[in-house]
Amino acid sequence: MTTLCLNEFQVQHLKPLNFKVKDKITCLSGDSGSGKSLLLRAIADLIEHNGDALLDDKKCSDIPPVQWRKWVGFLPAESHWWKENVKDHFPENNKQVHHFLKMLSLREESLDWDISRCSTGEKQRLALIRLLLNEPKVLLLDEPTASLDQKNVEQVETVIKQYAKDNQVPVIWVSHDPQQIKRVAESMLEIKNNEIVEVSL
Amino acid sequence: MNVISLSVVDLSMAAISIISLAIISVILKLELANQIIIAAIRTVVQLFLIGLILKTLFSQTEFIWVGLLSAFMLMIAGREVMARQHRRFRGLWGYGLGTLSMFISSFTLTVYALIVIIGTDPWYTPQYAIPLLGMMLGNTMTGVALAMDKLTTTAWQQRAVIEARLILGQDWRTAIGDITRDSVRVGMIPMINAMAAAGLVSLPGMMTGQILSGTDPVEAVKYQILIMFMITAGTGFSAMFATWVGAKHLFDDRQRLRLERLNAKT
Repeated sequence: MTTLCLNEFQVQHLKPLNFKVKDKITCLSGDSGSGKSLLLRAIADLIEHNGDALLDDKKCSDIPPVQWRKWVGFLPAESHWWKENVKDHFPENNKQVHHFLKMLSLREESLDWDISRCSTGEKQRLALIRLLLNEPKVLLLDEPTASLDQKNVEQVETVIKQYAKDNQVPVIWVSHDPQQIKRVAESMLEIKNNEIVEVSL
Repeated sequence: MNVISLSVVDLSMAAISIISLAIISVILKLELANQIIIAAIRTVVQLFLIGLILKTLFSQTEFIWVGLLSAFMLMIAGREVMARQHRRFRGLWGYGLGTLSMFISSFTLTVYALIVIIGTDPWYTPQYAIPLLGMMLGNTMTGVALAMDKLTTTAWQQRAVIEARLILGQDWRTAIGDITRDSVRVGMIPMINAMAAAGLVSLPGMMTGQILSGTDPVEAVKYQILIMFMITAGTGFSAMFATWVGAKHLFDDRQRLRLERLNAKT
């Protein structure tokens, strides 16, 4: 089990945040531009921040950045790709790929596809698989179901919940959808007036 | 040496071609006439000035004068490299990186060519040192400018891709690897093309000059080969250095992409 702990964690205009979470899905909401993505980016150590983020009492600043980012799995709202083929973005010979493809209604052949052929929704699901194959100890998800239809939304939710439960990892999940929050959230954070507050469900 | 000396009248006749070009571009409303005339006047003034300086310089062998002129040439080349960047590094880096990479590769290779290959005595004999360095700087300048421009503009355009790779746990070298490779390649293309086409498509300028001034073509060819090898090596090394150091400077000690270290597009 992993514990994610934020001590006086502060980034840009946001007020300092103290937050500790174990194997629980925490939904994060707030108006657009309020700083939700900013907070996730800072926890992934992609931008400068004050205060500490800790994984199991190990400080972010004491851990090599490459290691930290493998542990803290961040899924940005938009997926990006750098090779032509889908499968070139995945580790070789990883059996789990097939399991995830099936769970997310993606065909086996999609591994051989050219990235430019994939729809936004397909790319979003493939990006989730790519992230989970890294076996992160924490998940930071920025609207992981934004461009999916209802059936796929439920499948993505199931996969994430399953992964979180099996590996006992904390999840911070940015969502605007009250129904989705109802379905997945076990605790809730909201950004209001630059302040990040815990709210009851 | 059977050189036919050019008179003022001869050069004026050559100027007629440039002036007719300017006149025609006025007729065609190309808005190039001013630039053509100004550039032509600059050519005349700058070249005559350097001709006089070289004449004075060649008549003595004080290291200090060769050194000063070299430093001046390097400074100008550094300024040119900076001026050609669309997104240059902020602060001292903007000027410093290109200049430093040219200094390291051009000066090292020029000194190497003078001492080891040509064997001039003293090694800084201005008649050899200055033209050699000039050709090195002139070409590495283009290479470094192209490579750095490619690096910074592509990094800017593909910042989301670079971050996507960092997110998945790639180190900065890998995350920007495709871009650095491409930048060095772009910086070297002109010299590789020049080597491949040499003698077939064009007679290189230096060789043409030597032949016109009466040097045996085979001797001229030998110098041309020396120069081309030196220039290509110099361009390659300085493009690699500038790209690698520049790429590293795009990240901080936590390997975060720091594009605010680049200026806005100019």
